[in-house]
Amino acid sequence: MQLAFSADNEARIGRLLAEYPDPKACLLPALYIAQEQFGYLTHEVMELVAERIGLPPGEVLSTATFYSMFKKRPTGKYHIQVCGNVSCFLKGSDRLMAALEKMLGIRDGETTEDGLFTLSTVQCLAACGTAPALQVNDTYHEEMTPEKVVALVNRLREEGR
Amino acid sequence: MAQTNLLARWREKKDLAKLDGYKLAGGFRALRKALIMKPADIISEMKKATIRGRGGAGFPAGMKWSFVPPGEGPRYLVINADEGEPGTFKDRALLSEDPFRIIEGAVIAARAVGLTAGYLYVRGEFFEIAQRFEKAIADARKGGYLGKNILGSGFSFDLFVHLGAGAYICGEETALLESLEGKPGRPRLKPPFPAVKGAFARPTVINNVETIAAVPMILEMGGDAFHALGVQGDGGVRLFGLSGHVNRPGLYEFPVGKNLRELIFEDGGGIVGGKALKGVIPGGSSTPILLPGEIDVAMTCDSMRNAGTMLGTGCATVIAEGTCIVQVALRVARFYAHESCGQCTPCREGCAWMAATIERIEKGTAELRELDLLLEMARNIKGRTICPLGEAAAMPIEAFVTKFRDEFEAHIRAGGCPSHVG
Ligand SMILES: Cc1cc2nc3c(=O)[nH]c(=O)nc-3n(C[C@H](O)[C@H](O)[C@H](O)COP(=O)(O)O)c2cc1C
Ligand code: FES
Repeated sequence: MQLAFSADNEARIGRLLAEYPDPKACLLPALYIAQEQFGYLTHEVMELVAERIGLPPGEVLSTATFYSMFKKRPTGKYHIQVCGNVSCFLKGSDRLMAALEKMLGIRDGETTEDGLFTLSTVQCLAACGTAPALQVNDTYHEEMTPEKVVALVNRLREEGR
Repeated sequence: MAQTNLLARWREKKDLAKLDGYKLAGGFRALRKALIMKPADIISEMKKATIRGRGGAGFPAGMKWSFVPPGEGPRYLVINADEGEPGTFKDRALLSEDPFRIIEGAVIAARAVGLTAGYLYVRGEFFEIAQRFEKAIADARKGGYLGKNILGSGFSFDLFVHLGAGAYICGEETALLESLEGKPGRPRLKPPFPAVKGAFARPTVINNVETIAAVPMILEMGGDAFHALGVQGDGGVRLFGLSGHVNRPGLYEFPVGKNLRELIFEDGGGIVGGKALKGVIPGGSSTPILLPGEIDVAMTCDSMRNAGTMLGTGCATVIAEGTCIVQVALRVARFYAHESCGQCTPCREGCAWMAATIERIEKGTAELRELDLLLEMARNIKGRTICPLGEAAAMPIEAFVTKFRDEFEAHIRAGGCPSHVG
């Protein structure tokens, strides 16, 4: 199957090209657009990006693999990312992780079988003053407690069906 | 020392994040002033202000601006909104609460130095904030404050948002430039410095979000008045953060020179549960920890250095007695091991080795002599790398081991964490 960007995304990339003096600089934003459309970055998707921006596929691959937010594998509909850095650790982030592992029946780094949740430990989210913090996809949840985490997962389970 | 609301204006003023609200709060007055000033006079106000960079290194911004050589062609402003140093959470507030101030500061910086375009490099995790910022940029363009012929002055400058993708190293200015150019974030050798050869091989000014946000204020009150708010050689007010075991965590704003003990025990309400203080990481996780007896210090770049640590990002992490310091050291060591870009051997191997050793100490499978090896390893990383990430990892580990040596030894002797806390 021949992959292609949607018309909308094609236009977005076109606009991006005007924002930088060098088309290569569009690579990170273009990878985000590709990830949004295709879910994660397969070799085919990276080749599409390479062709669109005019870069050797190898360069796209080396950039894509350097950055943790570019996904090379499918993740759950809700990616729960718990900060495990010092300020959150001091405020009990280990307990959040334990509660999540128990409730979802998966370990750090895994995805639930129904494809609804992926669970990860992440580095400092710059929300240390309202620790402990976690993100669900791009949304912050701060001053979390194990109880709040349970309520959050229950709500997401409802919404995710 | 009383709190100020000069940067954290959102505490007093409503709707700052909307163009109308920003204008109502006196927005763009400094820009109008800048557009009729001589560029050299703007730089001279910045120098008088002696504002030290708020991104961690504390380099005087006015001086940095003056390093850009005169000339034609494209020249860039890059605003560092990567906010990755663990413990730091100030730029996030500025970006979401007062975006137009950052835009206004950017245009003034561009006018002063003669820059043609700018990029706000935002960490990927701030996606939602970045989207709101793009809306602010669009509104500013529509209002004539950004883009071609700004406010009819003939001066043109545009600003774009560039999203990072989860690599701490991209906060380092030359790694950031690589990332902006679409490459893996591996720091560049300096020289050439970005002022001469930066983004797209063109002269570039790189400043932290808070540094740029302070620019309109400096032009409005004048460099001397801004300087006078702080201390000699380290002017103005800045955002300070408190996190960890403190009763009132969060953001604070004070003149430079605020006393760290006072910040924690008066403004921050002291330690949770009335516990004793064990230590303070004063300005992000790369800054060496201070013991309770060492925190009676003014928060300026120089006095913190004299105290054997660094002011860093001004965001302090407070640790109460009863916390396992080996666990804290492990989190710090793991972070830098994970985030080393891998291009310099001492940093790549050293950080991984430090983290693995501390992990074994925590588990109780290490030997006593390894503590000295750990210190030696830290010493061997320092000064042998392209960028300061190696130092950022080695300095705090040295401080943890030296200042809490008993506790590390107790772990080794007891075959694990003796307190089973944390
Ligand atoms: C490993 C590393 C990470 C850094 N991360 C950041 C960051 O997240 N944000 C930032 O503003 N500066 C960061 N810096 C400092 C930048 O290299 C640079 O000094 C700063 O952006 C300059 O702006 P300023 O002079 O206004 O502070 C980092 C430095 C190093 C060595
Ligand atoms: S340590 Fe968790 S948000 Fe900073």
